[in-house]
Formats: sequence, structure tokens, C-alpha cells
Amino acid sequence: MIKAILIFNNHGKPRLSKFYQPYSEDTQQQIIRETFHLVSKRDENVCNFLEGGLLIGGSDNKLIYRHYATLYFVFCVDSSESELGILDLIQVFVETLDKCFENVCELDLIFHVDKVHNILAEMVMGGMVLETNMNEIVTQIEAQNKLEKSETFIFQSPRQDR
Amino acid sequence: MALKMVKGSIDRMFDKNLQDLVRGIRNHKEDEAKYISQCIDEIKQELKQDNIAVKANAVCKLTYLQMLGYDISWAAFNIIEVMSASKFTFKRIGYLAASQCFHEGTDVIMLTTNQIRKDLSSPSQYDTGVALTGLSCFVTPDLARDLANDIMTLMSHTKPYIRKKAVLIMYKVFLKYPESLRPAFPRLKEKLEDPDPGVQSAAVNVICELARRNPKNYLSLAPLFFKLMTSSTNNWVLIKIIKLFGALTPLEPRLGKKLIEPLTNLIHSTSAMSLLYECVNTVIAVLISLSSGMPNHSASIQLCVQKLRILIEDSDQNLKYLGLLAMSKILRTHPKSVQAHKDLVLQCLDDKDESIRLRALDLLYGMVSKKNLMEIVKKLMTHVDKAEGTTYRDELLTKIIDICSQSNYQHITNFEWYISILVELTRLEGTRHGHLIAAQMLDVAIRVKAIRRFAVSQMSTLLDSAHLVASSTQRSGICEVLYAAAWICGEFSEHLQEPQQTLEAMLRPKVTTLPGHIQAVYVQNVVKLYAAILQQKEQAADAQAAQEVTQLLVERLPQFVQSADLEAQERASCILQLVKHVQKLQARDVPVAEEVSALFAGELNPVAPKAQKKVPVPEGLDLDAWINEPLSDSESEDEKPKAIFHDEEPRHAKQRPPEADEQELARRREARKQEQANNPFYIKSSPSPQKRYQDAPGVDHIPVVQIDLSVPLKVPGMPMSDQYVKLEEERRHQQRLEKDKRKRKKRERERRGARRHTSLHTESDEDITPAQRVDIVTEEMPENALPSDEDDKDPNDPYRALDIDLDKPLADSEKLPVQKHRDAETSKSPERQDVTVVEKKSKKPKKKEKKQKEKEREKKKKKEAEKGVDLDFWLSTTPPAATPAPEEPGVNAAVTAPKEEPRGEEQDAGKDAEQDLEKPSEQKKKKHKKDKGERSKDKKRPKKRAPPREGDAEPVQNGALREEPLPPMSSYSLLAENSYIKMTYDVQGSLQKDSQVTVSMVLENQSSSFLKNMELNVLDSLNARLARPEGSSVHDGVPVPFQLPPGISNEAQFVFTIQSIVTAQKLKGTLSFIAKNDEGSTHEKLDFKLHFTCTSYLVTTPCYSDAFAKLLESGDLSMSSVKVDGISMSFQNLLAKICFHHHFSVVERVDSCASMYSRSIQGHHVCLLVKKGEKSVSVDGKCSDSTLLSNVLEEMKETLGKC
Repeated sequence: MIKAILIFNNHGKPRLSKFYQPYSEDTQQQIIRETFHLVSKRDENVCNFLEGGLLIGGSDNKLIYRHYATLYFVFCVDSSESELGILDLIQVFVETLDKCFENVCELDLIFHVDKVHNILAEMVMGGMVLETNMNEIVTQIEAQNKLEKSETFIFQSPRQDR
Repeated sequence: MALKMVKGSIDRMFDKNLQDLVRGIRNHKEDEAKYISQCIDEIKQELKQDNIAVKANAVCKLTYLQMLGYDISWAAFNIIEVMSASKFTFKRIGYLAASQCFHEGTDVIMLTTNQIRKDLSSPSQYDTGVALTGLSCFVTPDLARDLANDIMTLMSHTKPYIRKKAVLIMYKVFLKYPESLRPAFPRLKEKLEDPDPGVQSAAVNVICELARRNPKNYLSLAPLFFKLMTSSTNNWVLIKIIKLFGALTPLEPRLGKKLIEPLTNLIHSTSAMSLLYECVNTVIAVLISLSSGMPNHSASIQLCVQKLRILIEDSDQNLKYLGLLAMSKILRTHPKSVQAHKDLVLQCLDDKDESIRLRALDLLYGMVSKKNLMEIVKKLMTHVDKAEGTTYRDELLTKIIDICSQSNYQHITNFEWYISILVELTRLEGTRHGHLIAAQMLDVAIRVKAIRRFAVSQMSTLLDSAHLVASSTQRSGICEVLYAAAWICGEFSEHLQEPQQTLEAMLRPKVTTLPGHIQAVYVQNVVKLYAAILQQKEQAADAQAAQEVTQLLVERLPQFVQSADLEAQERASCILQLVKHVQKLQARDVPVAEEVSALFAGELNPVAPKAQKKVPVPEGLDLDAWINEPLSDSESEDEKPKAIFHDEEPRHAKQRPPEADEQELARRREARKQEQANNPFYIKSSPSPQKRYQDAPGVDHIPVVQIDLSVPLKVPGMPMSDQYVKLEEERRHQQRLEKDKRKRKKRERERRGARRHTSLHTESDEDITPAQRVDIVTEEMPENALPSDEDDKDPNDPYRALDIDLDKPLADSEKLPVQKHRDAETSKSPERQDVTVVEKKSKKPKKKEKKQKEKEREKKKKKEAEKGVDLDFWLSTTPPAATPAPEEPGVNAAVTAPKEEPRGEEQDAGKDAEQDLEKPSEQKKKKHKKDKGERSKDKKRPKKRAPPREGDAEPVQNGALREEPLPPMSSYSLLAENSYIKMTYDVQGSLQKDSQVTVSMVLENQSSSFLKNMELNVLDSLNARLARPEGSSVHDGVPVPFQLPPGISNEAQFVFTIQSIVTAQKLKGTLSFIAKNDEGSTHEKLDFKLHFTCTSYLVTTPCYSDAFAKLLESGDLSMSSVKVDGISMSFQNLLAKICFHHHFSVVERVDSCASMYSRSIQGHHVCLLVKKGEKSVSVDGKCSDSTLLSNVLEEMKETLGKC
């Protein structure tokens, strides 16, 4: 099971947080801070696994992360997940973002966190991996965008275009 | 006013959207909090608007703020509003917000049940998808219970997109509502073989999660998974399955044997590192589970270790890390093969990556032996000195202690060395683990008697040195060791060389800066020391010196009396008075030493940590019994105390445990001694004065002799652990020489005795004798302690609830609750109330029914037995191809059918019967249930002659009749039957496809022949035709995709295209097949008539009363009605029947009148008003098509006529 997925930048500013276990907002922020603290002090060429997400309980939990330019993608998982598999999943996630946003950069994530959530929802559901095939994910996302567009046509929502 | 409104709408135009909000926050870096609170105020305004788009926009912004740490639970209701928007765009925003902030404690969450149910059955797959995704994040036990059935239906949705989500979310449902696991499991299992890889992967995922927690329940799936493993090419699925096998093998070693080969092949062939790694992991698990009985065992181990070495040597740090991780698993069972790679592990200790260093440390734990312990610890000590961060250094420290203390100090040959290591560790400043070191010091000093003299001398130096006291400012820092030092010096003061000096050290003024609990120990042990000194002085008849010591105490103790710590203060003042009294006695020349020492006479033994728990409950003591009977509420307040006293006395007398008599105790003690004597691991306490190391005079002083200027600053007087390494080597060398000498002599003797002895001598662990004869005192356990290892299980484990036997046949009571419509008058569980039963007429003569039933029961019994054999058979060494295909769904399904259903469970049958979610192959069982239910009701009939009338306000009677069930119902009806085969069928439409219906046909082999090449053909009519595979003509049959072994049933589905649905129609058809038995095979066929009723085109669709009213008002509907007389069935049952057989749903119910709704696959609305009179029922219908309506009503009349 995946316990949480966090994206934050090099300064620890959260860009996406998805917890698959309920935590209070304060605890969530604390977890993000702690995770940032753990991850950010690591060198570039050390391994991508970290033991002890202390706040997200359970000793068999691991932090698996990747660092892309200004962003950290961190998955907190338990022992039922394959470490290398999750690393691949992060890669798929990032590539999917890249496809959906066309050359994704931090700004895309800053301004369209809802879209990032929607993409993530097609990959991971309730902490379990739903789909790993990028083409399938992109197809579903595009179909939903289309559906959304057809709706906005009928129903003008406030300043969607800006 | 008007102006205000205009202004309001203009304001709306300038509402911020999410992007504006983000931009705004970025532009207000200085006063972010203020800006956000301003935004939240705006959002609150927006949420008050009626416009759903505005609301959705506001909720979208809130979701963003939630990520920044703002609590948005106050908007929960608004979120639900947005969730229920009809537009997908808004719905998605709502569900996203809900998934981010809803949890079990959210009180409005119960309001979502109906909305979610509606979305789940939405015609748009994305509405359903978004609802499933959202639900997966905030499902509660209530939601799980209410929606389990809906989700289970979605598991067989036509769209794989929905199927995979539905399958995945079932895990969450199981967690919250464990009762759903058994009913849902057959379908989940089915999904393992879903044609869509995504669905398959989801099913594997869920079962792996389930099996990880309770593997034994999933062993029977091993053949299926094995098949998947050998056939699947999806690495994700493979990894999951291989991980699952890793969890299963410990339970079934034979499975492991079967796995080794394919896994080894995968290891050799795969290029994916992730897969390779998991394979290695599972092979390791297999090897662990296999006892060493397997001959080519070591080859596999070698392969694993060799592959892991490649991983560890890889430049990719991730692989290195994982390699070490897996290595540590091998280590547990095959330490020898890992120890060969010690070089590699030690090398990793120097890695720049902390994670890797930590993993390497883990490995070291298992690599130590008596031989190399000193060497490894020495290496670790150099790392301790080098370590920069305190976290890593602390980790090193704990690891050193772990390594040394593991399995009762098994690897330590020289405890003096260990004590000096511990003393060296006290030089670490700022560590959090002072208490760990202290605990070790205490443990060793207490349990290894031979070391006490040395330990005491070391501890007194510690007490003497100032640096530890100075560090006392840090909490739980290294000063903790002083706690141990003080206690050891006090308790074992007889070993002290210079007790006076130590006493003075402990009374220094600086000591008062130590933490309170340490001061308290100081005070207590000062007295112990004092007692020892007194004794010494009095024996030497040195009254003067004795009085001086007393004087010292009287002078110094007051500093502790002023301590801020209560414990220290209390002890100090108590002892001060004692000492003053002693002083008085001394002044009169009275000898006091004896009496003071008596205060501390006797020895303290270590008590096992589990000892308290292990105290057996004495016979006759019931811990769960009330000591005092619980007071009943009716008792008045002032009576209570009296009652307590009355009850208490006699009970106490009763419950005193029977005291074991002396003899019994002695006997037990003897038995325990006997047991210890036979236990090779128990080191007996018979100190023998051998070992030259200890005999050598002045051993304790060796360290002091050392003068080595190249060594960096060391605390003076402290020994260096390093020198022990040298000493130890010499000692071992000596030993070896001696042993060799002895051996040689022996060999010579042997040679003379013409006996052959071929074993080559190598130094093994066992050859090394410890330097000290150590007597590790075992920890004390209570007499009669129960040997059990269940101490570690956590009773609150949420996964425990899912430990459910899945192979047991499904009982009637275990059905998922189905959505029930609440009637207007009673809000609480109407389905259970006032259910009167009127038995249906049996369609078949009883005799035949019974006979057949017995026949089937026998069959089932056989299958049950077969099943037990199944796994065994599969696991036996024959190739998998030869097995009777246990993977076939038909077999598995049939196997789950019950052998016999206990009568008592029929009560709930009615409740369950309404749902048509049964697995197809359970049809048979269903039928039986029905028959049985009827028969048992026959017996009950006399009792229930007077059915209560509807609407009677007789709650008591209603309650009393609760257990009366609804008659069980099945939607499958008989199609045709001959001596070979029996066909039952059901027709279902789907709202997604307006001109198609699916006919599910259950084919049951009733003969002893093997049926194959089954083919179904239908004579198409103009209106209805069988959907045939592309390229085949209208006269071709459609092959049935399975074969039927004797006694097996399976379900096939055929799709029919229908033009007009307003009339019922019949299609003639034939099933042809080849029946093969011992005598040969024959071509057989069976004709049938498929009846498409108008009802079968209707699909149960929920409808809300307001929409229903609108529909009736619209006036587009034509009307028709029927009336049926002579109905004695309860209204409740009647409605249930209509719902079930005619696919209607109840919109509203008032008294004995109900409105119902259904929809045809082509979108006709069918509305009914059902009224019950004295003995009759009238049904008024309105429908957009009059022909359809009259046909449906005719069919309904027929059903009702049977009531």
C-alpha cells in the first residue's frame, strides 16, 4: 500500500499532498516538513530509499523519492510494494505529467494542482496502484478533459479561460 | 435593491479562480496569512451563492488551501453539494475535495451515501470512476456496508475502466466491513482471469494485500497464481504475485519446491531489475521455509547470494541498498553463505550514503561470531569516532550494543573487553543512548558474576571522573551511565579497592547537578558503601576511621536533602536521620556495622521482562467475573455503598487462590532445576577456579600499566578495549596450541588403536572457550509460568478482522446488504418487519425435488472432497499440465457451493433473496435454498396462521414476527432439461445498450459423461437475433466457451440484439453437444424456447420522489391498470417480489400503497402505483409506451397470481 504521495520543491513548499490515511491538517504539514527535512539533506547520488517516515506510523514504511530539477516526488509505502517498482511508477507519473502539460515545469504544478490530482487518481487509487500503462492513463485523462470541455460549452463557469 | 443585485453579479465576475488565488498568494509573500484569511472570507461568501459553478470554484480553491495546511472541514456540507452537481466538471472538484478532507469523523459523510450510490450507477463511466476514486479515500464502515453490494455489481461492469476501480476499492471495503469479504470473494477470484490486464492486475493487487495479512486463507489460490505467474508478462503483476508467493511459502513448503524452478528461470532470464530482485527475495523466502532436507538447496542459495553480490557491487546506489536488504534476509537462516562476503559488507560501512551504511550495519549483526566479534566491533568503534552526525553515531552505538548482547551475549568471550567497550562508549557526548549503555552495564554486572570485580573497578573510575557529571545538562544524555555506575559500586561494594575514595566521589557537591533519579540512586548507594566501609573499619577495630566516615556523611547528605527531586530529597532526609542515629551509637562505642549492613542483605536477581504476564492464573480464579455484581440502575444512590460491602466479603474469601503447599513447590523447583540441567544453553552456576587469565594476579591493573603516547587523549585510568583484541588473540593461539597438542596425542592414540579418524580440524566457533567462566544468571520467571509466545500479537490490528476462512461454503446469512427503500412511515429497517410468509407453490412435485436434491448434495460432497485433494494434488510433483485444471472457474465455483445449509440460517434468506448479485454458478444452490425454505416453512405454517395486517400499529407483534423471512427468490428459470444437461437462464438488460440484452445461461451436467463441443443456436426472428461472432452466418451456432465434466455447472452469456422491446417474444433454439463417456461419445442435442418477457427489458433504476412526481405530472404517459384478487401475502413481500422479478424500485411507500419506478433499456419510463386492499392488489401503471405497459402489467398479474 502507498500511504502518502507528496510533491514539494527544493524549499519544502508543498505542491501536492495526497494522504491515503486520515491525518489532521497540522499533522499533514508536520509530515511534509519532516519528509522534506529527511529528503533534502541527502546528496544527489545516494540511494532513493529512506527508512522511517516517523510520523506515518509503522516501522515497515519506507520513503521512496526522486528529485527532478526543482521538485521532489516522495512516495511513502509499506513493505508490500516493490521499491524499484515504485521508482518506476514515479517515473511514469512524471512522464505522464510531461505529456499532459507538455513540458511540465514547477509552475504547471503550482497553478494546476487539481489537474495533477486528477492524473494521479488515474494511477493510484486509495493507496493502491491502479494503472501503470502511460498510454492508458493519458487516454482516460484526455477523455475526461473532453467531457469537461463539452460541459463548459453549455455551462459557462466563471472565467475558466483566464 | 436591484442595484445591489447587479453589483453582486458583477462581483461574481471578478471572483478569483484557483489560478488567481495561487497568484495572489505568491504576490503576498509578506502577509500571506492575512491574504489567505481574506480569501477564505471571500470563499465563504461564494459558498452562499446558489450558482453551483461558483460553489465549485470556491471548493476548488479550498482544496488548494487545505494543502497549505488550512482546515476546511467547516465546508464539508458545501463539498457534498458540489459532489452532487450534475456536471462532471463540478462533481470531480467535489469528490477531490472530499477525498482530501473527509474521514471517519466527518459527521456529514453519512449524507453522501445516496449521492454516491447514484453516481456509482450513473450511465457515464467517468461519474462512476470519480465516485469510486473519491470513495476509496474516505470510505467508512457505514458507507462500506451500504455500498458494498453496489460496488460488487460494478466488478462485472462492461467497461474495464470501471471494473478495475471497483475491484481495487473492494480492499478498502473489506477493511471497513469485513463481513463483505466472503460474499465478494468468488467474484474477486473470477477477476483474476479477467480479459483486461488492468482489471487482472487490480484483482492480483487486492488479493496480495489480503494475503499479506492472513496468508493461510489464500493458500488454495496458489495453483491459480502459479498459472498467472507462468503466463503473465506484466512485470507489475508478476512482482505482486511473486511477493505473494513469498508470503505463502512459509505455510506450505511443498509450494516452495514447486516455485524454485520457475523462479530460478526468471532470475536467469529477466532483464528487469525490479523483477529479478523480487524473485531473489521470494527464493530466499522459499529457502527459509524449506528445512535443509533439499539436496540442491545450496545451489539456489549460491545463485541468490551471487546475484545479490552483483547488485551490491553495482554503481547504482538503489541496487546496492536493496542487495544489502535482501542479503540480511538470507543471513537469518544461512549466515555462513553471507559471511563469505564480509569484505563487501565492511566496505559498505564506508559508503557515503547513510541508508546503505545502516543496511550494512544490519548485516553485521548476523555476521559476528565468537571469532570475529572483537575485530568487527573494533572497526565499528573507529566509525564511531569518525561519524559526523549524531543520528548515525547513535545508530552505530545501538548496533554495537545489539551485536554484542545478542542471544544472551552468545558471542562474547571476554566480558572485560565488553565492559571496557561500554566504558569507551561513555566518551560519546550528546548521545541519546546513555540509558542503553547504563542498562548494559547493569545487566552484565548482575548476570556475569565473574566480571563484578572488574566492573566495579571500572565504575568507580567513571564515578571519579568529572566529565560525565559535567555533561549532565543534556537530558537523558550520557550521564545516565552514572546511574549504573553508582548502583554497581554500591551493590557490589565488597569488590571495591578503595571504597572510601569512591564514597567521597559520590558525595561531591557537583553531583547535585545530576538529574533527580540519578541523585536518588546516588543517595541510596552511598549508604550501601557506607555500610561496607563501616564493616571494614570495625573489623579492623579502627573506631576513629569509622566515626570519620559517619561524620563525612552527616556533613554531605544535607546537600541532597535540598534536592529539587522529591525522591532524592526523601531518601536523603531519611538516611540522614539514620546516619545521625548511628553517629550517636558510635559515640557510645556500640558496634553498628552488622546492623547497618543488614539493611542491604540478600541478593537481587534479574526478573524476566515477561515475568509479570506469565504468572499463571490460579485455579478457581476467574478474572472476568465481577468482584461486585454490577449495580442495576434501579438501585437508588444511597444504597450503593452498602451493596458493595455486602458483596465484597464473601467473594474475597471465595476467590483466594488455593495455596500450593510446600511439597508441591519443592517439587516444581526440583523439576525446573532438572530442566535447566538438561538445557545446554543454561550456563550452570558452578564457578570453577580455572582460566589462567583470571587466575593471574593483578589482572585488573594491566590497563593502568599501559603508557602509549600516540593514543589520543583518553580518560585516565580507563582501559583500552583494543588491547584486549591482542590479548585475546594470544590467548586463543595458546588454546589452539594446547588443543592441537591434545589432538595430536589423541590421534596418535587412535592410530595405535587402528581407528580411522578423517575429520580435518579447523577452528570453529565452538572451539573458542570464553576467557571467563561466565555464569549468566537466567532471568527469573514465576513458578508455573506458561510457555507461550503470544505476547507480541496486537489485539487492535485492523487486519485481524480479515482473517476469514474463504474456502468455507458461503452461508445464507453472509450476503451483502442490499439497498432497501425506506418507507415513509417507518424509518428503521423496514425489510425486517412484519414479514408474513405465504409459500409459493412448488413447481415440481416434491418427490422429484427431494431426489434431485440428494443427488446434488452427493455431488457437492464429492466436490468438497475433491477440493481438499486439489491443492495436494497440484503440489505433488507431477507436471501441472496433468492436473485436472483446477483453475477452471466452473470447478472452483462449484466447489464453493455448500454441502448442507444449516436450518437456522434460513432466517435471513429472505433478506438476501432480493438481490440478484449471486454468482452465476451459485444458481443451483439458490434453487435449493428456495426449495428448502419452502419446506421448512411448511412445517412452520400452523404457527403463523394469522398474518398481521398492514398498517396495524402493533410494534410488539411486528417485532415478534421479525424472524419470518421473505420467501427466497431466484431470477433464473428453467429453460430445458434432459438426462444430460439442465439449462436455466436469466435475461438482463443494461441501460448502456439500448438494443441489447444479455442472456445468462447456467448449464449443468447431470450425467456421468463429459460434455464438450457445446454449441448454442437460435432461430433468429425479425425482432431479435443472437449476436454471433463476426464473419459467421445467421445459421451458425455460437460455441459455449467451456466444457463440462460430470456434475459440474458453469455459466455462459449470450448477447441478443432486440429491435422493439414493447412486446414479449419467444425464440426457438437448440443446444448441441458431444457427450463422452467410457463407452464412447455421442452427439446429443436439446431444444429450448427462450422467452424474452417485457420485464426483462426493464432495468432497476432508482428514482427520487420529486422526479417521480414531475414525471407523472408531465402527462406524456399513457395509463393502464390491473387488479389481482386472492392475495394473502404481506405488502412488504409483495413489493419485494415486484422489485425482484420485475426490476422495479420503490420510490415511496405510505401505508399499504407504494409508488414504483423502472426504466426500459430504450428509455421508457414505467411508473406504478401499487395498492393493497383486503385480499386484493391493484396496480395502476403509467408508461411512455402503452403496449409495453399493458404487457408488463400482464406479466405482473401472472406473478402476483402465484402469490
